Amino acid sequence: MSRITLEKVCKSFGAYGVLHDIDLDIEDGEFVVFVGPSGCGKSTLLRQIAGLDRPTSGDIRIDGKLVNSVPAADRGLAMVFQSYALYPHMSVRQNLAFGLENARMPRAEIDKRIAEAARMLEIGDYLGRRPGQLSGGQRQRVAIGRAIVRNPTAFLLDEPLSNLDAELRISMRAELSALHDRLKTTMIYVTHDQIEAMTLASRIVVLRKGRVEQVGTPLDLYNRPANRFVAGFIGAPSMNFVKGTVVEVGEVAASVSLMGTTVALPRPAAGAVAGQAVSIGLRPQHISLAGDSEAGVPVEVALVEALGSETVIHSRTATGERLQAVLAGQHALRTGESVRLSFAPDDLHLFDEAGLRLA
Amino acid sequence: MGHVLAFLTRRRGGDRWHWTDIVTWVWLIGGLLVMFGPAVWLVLSSFKTPAALADFPPTLLPYVTEEVSVAGYDRPLPLYEVKQADGKTVILAEVRRIGIIAQMVDPKVPGAIVKVNIADRKPVEKVSFATSNYTEPFVHFDFLRFLWNSVFVTVMATAVTLLINSMAAFALAKYKFRGQSLILIVIVGTLMVPLGVIMVPLYSMISALGLFNSLWGVIWPTVATPTGVFLLRQYMLTIPDELIDAARMDKASEWQIYWRIVLPLAAPALAVLAIFSVVWRWNDFLWPLIVLNQSQLYTLQVGLNVYAGQLNVQWHYILAMTVVTMIPVVLVFVFLQRFITRGIATSGLK
Repeated sequence: MSRITLEKVCKSFGAYGVLHDIDLDIEDGEFVVFVGPSGCGKSTLLRQIAGLDRPTSGDIRIDGKLVNSVPAADRGLAMVFQSYALYPHMSVRQNLAFGLENARMPRAEIDKRIAEAARMLEIGDYLGRRPGQLSGGQRQRVAIGRAIVRNPTAFLLDEPLSNLDAELRISMRAELSALHDRLKTTMIYVTHDQIEAMTLASRIVVLRKGRVEQVGTPLDLYNRPANRFVAGFIGAPSMNFVKGTVVEVGEVAASVSLMGTTVALPRPAAGAVAGQAVSIGLRPQHISLAGDSEAGVPVEVALVEALGSETVIHSRTATGERLQAVLAGQHALRTGESVRLSFAPDDLHLFDEAGLRLA
Repeated sequence: MGHVLAFLTRRRGGDRWHWTDIVTWVWLIGGLLVMFGPAVWLVLSSFKTPAALADFPPTLLPYVTEEVSVAGYDRPLPLYEVKQADGKTVILAEVRRIGIIAQMVDPKVPGAIVKVNIADRKPVEKVSFATSNYTEPFVHFDFLRFLWNSVFVTVMATAVTLLINSMAAFALAKYKFRGQSLILIVIVGTLMVPLGVIMVPLYSMISALGLFNSLWGVIWPTVATPTGVFLLRQYMLTIPDELIDAARMDKASEWQIYWRIVLPLAAPALAVLAIFSVVWRWNDFLWPLIVLNQSQLYTLQVGLNVYAGQLNVQWHYILAMTVVTMIPVVLVFVFLQRFITRGIATSGLK
C-alpha cells in the first residue's frame, strides 16, 4: 500500500524557485509519469518524494503519514537512477544485497530475494560480475533489481532508459510495463520523452518551470490538452499552431477563421468572445490531402519526408503559416508542389492568448 | 629491438641533423646526468674506503691500493709502480714514508730498502668494493632497532594519514555546509607554513602531551597533511553524487557511505597519498631529531646522524647507510610509479 500525496510542495535553491505549489495525489498501484522539458523540476520533485532533498515548504505524505522529516532510507521507497548508480567496486550480487544488509536482514532472506529478482529480470548469469563488465541493458536490469529486492512500497525511476540505445529502450519500456503489471506497486517515473510517458503511464503529470501544467491519462492529455504547452508537448510531431479569430460564439457551436477560411466548430467555445484573437492547434495526424470535391487549404510543400508507412510534409500556407502534416501511406509529392490540405473541424483545439484552452 | 633503435635514432632532420635534434640530445643527456649522476655517485662512493673517499682527484669507481705480504713485515704493504732513474718501472712495496722520500722494498728481495722520491711512484690500484661499509654498521650500530622504529613510524603515520585525510576530504567533497570553501582554503593555506615556523609551538605541545621521546610524538604532528586532503578531495569530487544518493536509499549510514562506497572508490588516490606519505615519513629527519632523544628510539635518518660527529664524519658509513635507507623509497617508486602518475593526473594535482 502506498498512496503518495503532495500538498503545496515548494522547493527553492536560494532565491531561485524550482518547484512552485505542487499538489498531487498518487493512488496506490498507479504508474505515474512526470514529463516535461529539461529543467522543469521533474527530477527535483522526485528527489523530494524520495527524501534525498527536503522541500522548502509544503507537505509530503505517504499513506497519510507526514514524511517531510523522515530520512530517505526510512520512507520505504526504492529509486532507480539515470546513471544506474551501481556501486562499481561490488559484484552484481553485492550491489543487490547492499541495501538488505544495511537493513540487517537475515542472510537466507537476502539470498532468497536476490534469487527471485535475478530470475524475474534474467540477470542470474552475471551475479558474480562487476557493473563495469556489463552492457548498458544489463546494468539497467541490475539497477531495477536493486530496487525490486528492497520490496519497496513505491518505485521512483529517474529517466532510467535515457542512457540506452533506441532499440533497447523500446524493449526495456515494454519490460517495465510488464513489471508494473506483475508487481502492482506504485511507480513514479521521470522522463523528458513524451513517447515513454504516453506508453507507460496510467497518469501523466506534465510539468513546466516548476509548475504542474496538467495531470491526466495519456489520452486525456492528447485529446484535451489544458493549454498550449501541453498541446505542443504531447504528441509527435508536435501540434501545428496557427493564428485565428473567433467569428461567432453560439450556444452549441462556434466558428473561427483561420488560414483564410472560416470553419464552424461543432461545440461551443466557452469563455470566447467574437472577434477574439486565438491560437488554433491542429495535430499533423489530423490533416489529410483534400479530395477534388473537398474544400481545403492551399499550401506549398516545403519538405517531404517519406517514412514508408507514412509521409510527413512540411508546408507553408498562402497566409505564411507553417503546417506539418502526417499522411498515411506513400504519396508522390515534390518540394515546391501546391496541394490542398483538409481537416475536420472537430480536431481543432482553441487556445486564448494566455495559452489556456477555450475549446 | 629494431623499433627501439629506430625510435632512438629518429631525427627531425631526416637523414641530416636538425639543430633541434642536437639540442634534444644535449638536453636529455644533461638531464640524465643531473638527475641520475648524484645517485650513481652515492652508490659507487658508498663502496669506497675512507682513504679512497679522501682521494684527490676523486675517482668514480672505488679503487684501493694493492697490497702484498712481505717477509719480515707484520702488516701487508701497499704496492707502487716506481719509475727508476734508468727509465725502467718496477713494482715495489712501501714500508714507510718520511717527508717526500718513501722507503720501499722489492717484495722479491725483502732485505734491501730502496729510497724513492714520492713524485716518482704511483700506487698500483684495483677496483674493490668495500662491503664492510655495509656490514660493519649492522654489527656496531643498532641498525635493526632503527629500522624497526622507522618502519613503525612510517606505517602508523601512513595509516592514520589515510584515515583522517580521507575523512576530511569526504566531508569537503560530498557535503554542503556553510564555510566549506573557507575551510578548504585554510587547510590548503597551511601548505605555506613551513615546519621551521611552527617547530617551537609544536614542540611545547608534544611535550605538554607527554609525547616527548615517544614515536607517537613523531607520528601525530605529521598525519594531517593539506596535500593529502586536497588530493583526496579532488579525486572524490569525481565520484558521482548519485552513488551516494543510491547508498542513502539503500539505508546506508553516513559512516557506511564513507567506508563502503567512497573509500573503495577513492583507492587510486589513496594509493598515491600512501606512497607520498611513506616517502615523506621515511625521509623525515628534523622533527624526529627534535622529538627523539634516546638512541633506542632513533629512526634510521636520525640514527645516521650518529656518524656525523662534531670533529669526525664517518663518510663511508653515512654513504653506505644512506644507500640502504634509500632502497625502500626507490622500490616504492619503481613499482608504484603508475599509481603516482595516474593519481596525480586524475586529481588535477601538480
